[in-house]
Amino acid sequence: MLSSVILVPAVLNGLMTGAVYALIALGLTLIYGVLHIINFAHGALLTAAMFAAFFAHKLFGLDPYVAALGLTPLFFLLGYALQRFVIGPAAHGEDRNILLVTLGLAVVIENALLYAFRADTRTINLPYAFDVVEVGTAFLAVPRVIAFIVVVAVALALWLIMRWTDTGKAIRAVAKEKRGAELVGIDVAHIYAVTFGLGTACLAIAACLLIPTYYVNPQAGNAFVLIAFTIVVLGGMGSVTGALIGGLFVGVVESLSSLYLGESLGQIGIFAMFILVLLFRPSGLFGERA
Amino acid sequence: MSRQLLAVSRRRFLQSTTLGAAAAAAGVLHAPAVLRAQGAPVKVGVLHPVSGALSYSGQQGRIGAVMAIEEINAAGGIKALGGAKIEAVLGDAQSTPEGGNAEVEKMNGAGVAAIVGGYASGICLAASQTAARYDLPYIVDVGVVDAIVTRGLKNTFRFGPGFGVIAKTALDNLVTINDQADKAAKTVMIVHEDSAFGAGLAKLLNAQLPERGFQILETIAHPTPTRDFNNVVLKIRAQNPDLVIPANYYNEYVLLARTMQQQRVRPKGMYSVLGGAASSYKFVKEFPEAAQYIMDCNHWFDPKNPKALALKKKIEEKGEFYTYEVYMNYSCVLLLADALERAGGADRAKIIGALESSTFAGHVMPYGPTKFVNGQNQGAAPVNTQVINNDIQVIFPAAFASAKPVFPMPRA
Repeated sequence: MLSSVILVPAVLNGLMTGAVYALIALGLTLIYGVLHIINFAHGALLTAAMFAAFFAHKLFGLDPYVAALGLTPLFFLLGYALQRFVIGPAAHGEDRNILLVTLGLAVVIENALLYAFRADTRTINLPYAFDVVEVGTAFLAVPRVIAFIVVVAVALALWLIMRWTDTGKAIRAVAKEKRGAELVGIDVAHIYAVTFGLGTACLAIAACLLIPTYYVNPQAGNAFVLIAFTIVVLGGMGSVTGALIGGLFVGVVESLSSLYLGESLGQIGIFAMFILVLLFRPSGLFGERA
Repeated sequence: MSRQLLAVSRRRFLQSTTLGAAAAAAGVLHAPAVLRAQGAPVKVGVLHPVSGALSYSGQQGRIGAVMAIEEINAAGGIKALGGAKIEAVLGDAQSTPEGGNAEVEKMNGAGVAAIVGGYASGICLAASQTAARYDLPYIVDVGVVDAIVTRGLKNTFRFGPGFGVIAKTALDNLVTINDQADKAAKTVMIVHEDSAFGAGLAKLLNAQLPERGFQILETIAHPTPTRDFNNVVLKIRAQNPDLVIPANYYNEYVLLARTMQQQRVRPKGMYSVLGGAASSYKFVKEFPEAAQYIMDCNHWFDPKNPKALALKKKIEEKGEFYTYEVYMNYSCVLLLADALERAGGADRAKIIGALESSTFAGHVMPYGPTKFVNGQNQGAAPVNTQVINNDIQVIFPAAFASAKPVFPMPRA
């Protein structure tokens, strides 16, 4: 069973699934790093983005990769507005309130989707969904290869934004020292909303990468967010590099454990790892402090 | 307290007497209605899961049943009842047994003479049980679980074959096909979904295949829904079995077949028992390359019956796929209409009697003579099909075959 003929493709498949996990975790960790809240609405927003990508294809015949160009700014604005006009004001400056507000948002979004589209599971069929790229003995599905490349590009772009732009510098300043940032004239409420928007935009991209090979129903996003939480903890809360490396790692672990333990038990490996990390290295692999 | 109790019981008493009187009145009014020149319509419950997880199959079943009713009415209705028309009372079981039960209650309230449908085994089990309380004749359209006809319910009839017969036929025919190919297949891998249907079938295959000379290399379970079969297909590639036997529902079946095609895994054959997509015109039309040469043992129409072919043409002209739900429901409604003719009325006990003694032959299925024993049609049988050049051909039994099996699969 350990022959390289199946091991190599399984690891490559895992890396590519892991890339999408990483992107979802990236949004989560970004919001955590700056706002210091766990965004419980992350899963519901991912589901909403998947529905948006689905209907962009169904109603307008838009290829998901083309739809990403429009959906990403749209979800940035949505995230911005949610933080600025809903989560921020409702929280009254208390972190634990934010937690509850995002949880409430998740319930509202999920049930609105359930009401509008019912519990049916939907998929789209793309002509290239089953095309393959040959890498040695492995045949890699085209949508997964595209997803991998896009995630790397997005991570790079995000890093450049954080490193070189004024907004990026302001985000880092707010993350490090909120009061200090306020004192030097940074609009903290605006930066919070921008960060939330960036996190939500990551979800729109992830949704467009997922929809060619995955399905959507009103609970579809939750499976990914549970994994994303694991990745964020594994990589270190708030660490962008940690989310990337952690995502790829979790993808490979999942692929190998489903190969050896069976499809029905595939995710056991991830959650076993989650418990181990919490026990032995609670600050995560790249975490700055416990 | 006691006054209140008394008041309630008095109201109940009044209610029940009024209901009783109304029922009696209806009964009295009903009798002369039958004697009129063109009789009052006979209501028939048409029950399917037209929403929820099984909605596609449920809608297909409804199409078949409604089409049969329209044809009967167009041809002059039930002649023994003075040309009375059949009036369909449509019900949606919402893909759950409880939904099915609720509809049976409603249909009984609406005064149907009989119910046809159910589709899924779970719905059929529950709905026929509820109907039994009202001595309401229930004709199961598909539901294959054997328990449906072994509970001793007088009202329940299944026109199609049950699981035991299907599995036995499937294994016998597999051995025959393999023997004809000089026992080309020796090793087998089973890929099944992990709920009652797939797991039950996998268990049965694990018990019976070794007895018939096949070696089972591995049995792989997966949940429904599954959206990635890459690891499963990698395992198939590593084990390289002669035969792959999938037991899963439509979406997963299609995905597995397409992933095998994508990963260029070509066993000598794909053989299914009640395969989710293996004998579906939808699958063959949408993914002809992935479907090519797949064999199945499933419900199928009689390809040599002109009536079955005329129905196929009519369904396809409507832009629908001619799936087994369509012609099985079509046949079940015709079976009921024949019983209504012989019962000479909408009396439930008489209809049950007429079904028990039915020898109905006007259906479109490749069955032997109709004869019900404990509610199960003894003539019912599945057939083996194979996808050959973008069409689905019957390869077994020989009497209905339209092509010879292509096994092992030719290498592309």
